[in-house]
Amino acid sequence: MPYDYAPFPYTAPAGLTEPEPRQRVVIVGAGPIGLAMALELAQHGVSSVVLDDNNVVSVGSRAICWSKRSLEILDRLGVGARITDKGVTWQVGRTFHRAAEVFCFDLLPEDGHKMPAFVNLQQYYVEQFLVEACQANPLVDLRFMNRVTAVTQNGFTTVEIETPDGAYTLESEYLLACDGAKSPLRQMLGLEFDGELFEERFLIADIEMQGDFPSERRFWFEPEFHSGQSALFHKQPDNIYRIDLQLGWDADPEAERQPEVVVPRIEKVVGHSDFRLDWVSVYSFQCRRLARFVHDRVIFVGDSAHVVSPFGARGGNGGLQDVDNLGWKLTAVLDGTAQPGLLDSYDRERTFGADENIRNSTRATRFMTPADGVERLFRNQVLALASKADFARPMINSGRLSKPCVYPTQAPDDSRLPEMTRPGAVAQDAPVGNGWLMDELGRRFVLLCLGSDTPEVSGIDVIKFDPTQMLRARYLGTADRAIYLIRPDQVIAARWVDADAGMIETALSAARQ
Amino acid sequence: MTLITSPNIAQADEFYAELLAAHNGLSDAQSHALNAQLVLILANHVGDPNTLKEALTLARQGFDTPP
Repeated sequence: MPYDYAPFPYTAPAGLTEPEPRQRVVIVGAGPIGLAMALELAQHGVSSVVLDDNNVVSVGSRAICWSKRSLEILDRLGVGARITDKGVTWQVGRTFHRAAEVFCFDLLPEDGHKMPAFVNLQQYYVEQFLVEACQANPLVDLRFMNRVTAVTQNGFTTVEIETPDGAYTLESEYLLACDGAKSPLRQMLGLEFDGELFEERFLIADIEMQGDFPSERRFWFEPEFHSGQSALFHKQPDNIYRIDLQLGWDADPEAERQPEVVVPRIEKVVGHSDFRLDWVSVYSFQCRRLARFVHDRVIFVGDSAHVVSPFGARGGNGGLQDVDNLGWKLTAVLDGTAQPGLLDSYDRERTFGADENIRNSTRATRFMTPADGVERLFRNQVLALASKADFARPMINSGRLSKPCVYPTQAPDDSRLPEMTRPGAVAQDAPVGNGWLMDELGRRFVLLCLGSDTPEVSGIDVIKFDPTQMLRARYLGTADRAIYLIRPDQVIAARWVDADAGMIETALSAARQ
Repeated sequence: MTLITSPNIAQADEFYAELLAAHNGLSDAQSHALNAQLVLILANHVGDPNTLKEALTLARQGFDTPP
């Protein structure tokens, strides 16, 4: 069944008849990032107004691959179970050159995580679930058909807004630009992206068909069904399959979108004509970002701040990591428990994360669409070698899938403890009691004590577990005890084998700056 | 490991002849392809990133100045 794009209700905002009080936060854009941002702030007790120029979810599947880290974040926001229940869980990716499989990866070979490696779910479902969660949350004021037309800032922000019933203005302490890759706010502030634009076009199509395809990501270089180009195939729920086909830079995007052109291409991919075309688009790539994400009281989050090519699923997932990083920091600044300088760490950490995503997606894109000459020579010879030597297989790059970056930090650490949980990394999940460690972390600073006495530190929650085998592997390494200081975004702030209260307080205050 | 830049192939003339022989009967494009594969195979054998960087730097020497 095709998705029912039911419009969300519009109600005339109060600001049309009388000035509204200044808001704490106004969020522009009710895509996955803006909606998640509102829910994240609400979990910290911060109210927000979300403005969107539209009143339906995104049309077409768009962002479909939600990483384990995103699922953990979305779970904290209350929609994790809906997404994993509805979505297609997968962890195996297969890469083919012509008809031969040349590389296969398994993303989560170890168990002991609440969330799977990846779930495929159309962006419209994710938006729908997030909208419903926002509508049920008294701290989120969601306003559809409210288009921002101008912004000014002077110690606070003022936006001018168009609605079907006229215009009004709204003031806020902070304005969060979650308005996507083409961000009108970015243009209103006169800000430009820096980075690479790739001269390549891809056709993207959702088709509905009956079939029993495995839940795997499949990528082809030079497939027989699409000569000389590349192709990507993903399973989604509702018998919807996503197909991306490389077209070349010379392709005419308008002509390629037409069903009489698309359908024969898809027939060659799936080998029959028993499918229904659900959505088609033609896109080109950019791997670029803003130099800074924080512009006084206007903060860019998600695609408005950085864009990547889709191979690697680093767009939507990277944006959710922005949300995760910003929520607690903005809350602390609004509540006066941290200086506004804490927002500089959002800028520093998330530009670092964006650079890692851009680096990975740029490399994948260059491998997939090599420039003529030596770049194409090496790409083709890596593919040729892969069929005769194992070492070349992992060099084949059809996208390195989204993983959270490890933030650079000078925080206290101990080399006896495992690398995967070093300061700057996101905490690793593990079963604890009848639940999951991830459910015990988040929303506040916590001290995780494993096999260790509990130091007396005021103003911080302590959680304590006897080390199981999995906790040992992920948190202790060769030590028999440890103390971890973990941030509200579940990032490890510092860790010790032994620590006294003074050491912990010093690390805590450093993490709040 | 550092890049060995002193003579290290016992029968250098022999290897040189074998290298040329490996290209026998290939077109220019095929020869380029074979060389690319050879670079990748040998680079994987070396493995050490610093040694590889030194090799890239040495190979690149002289190409940056106009002829």
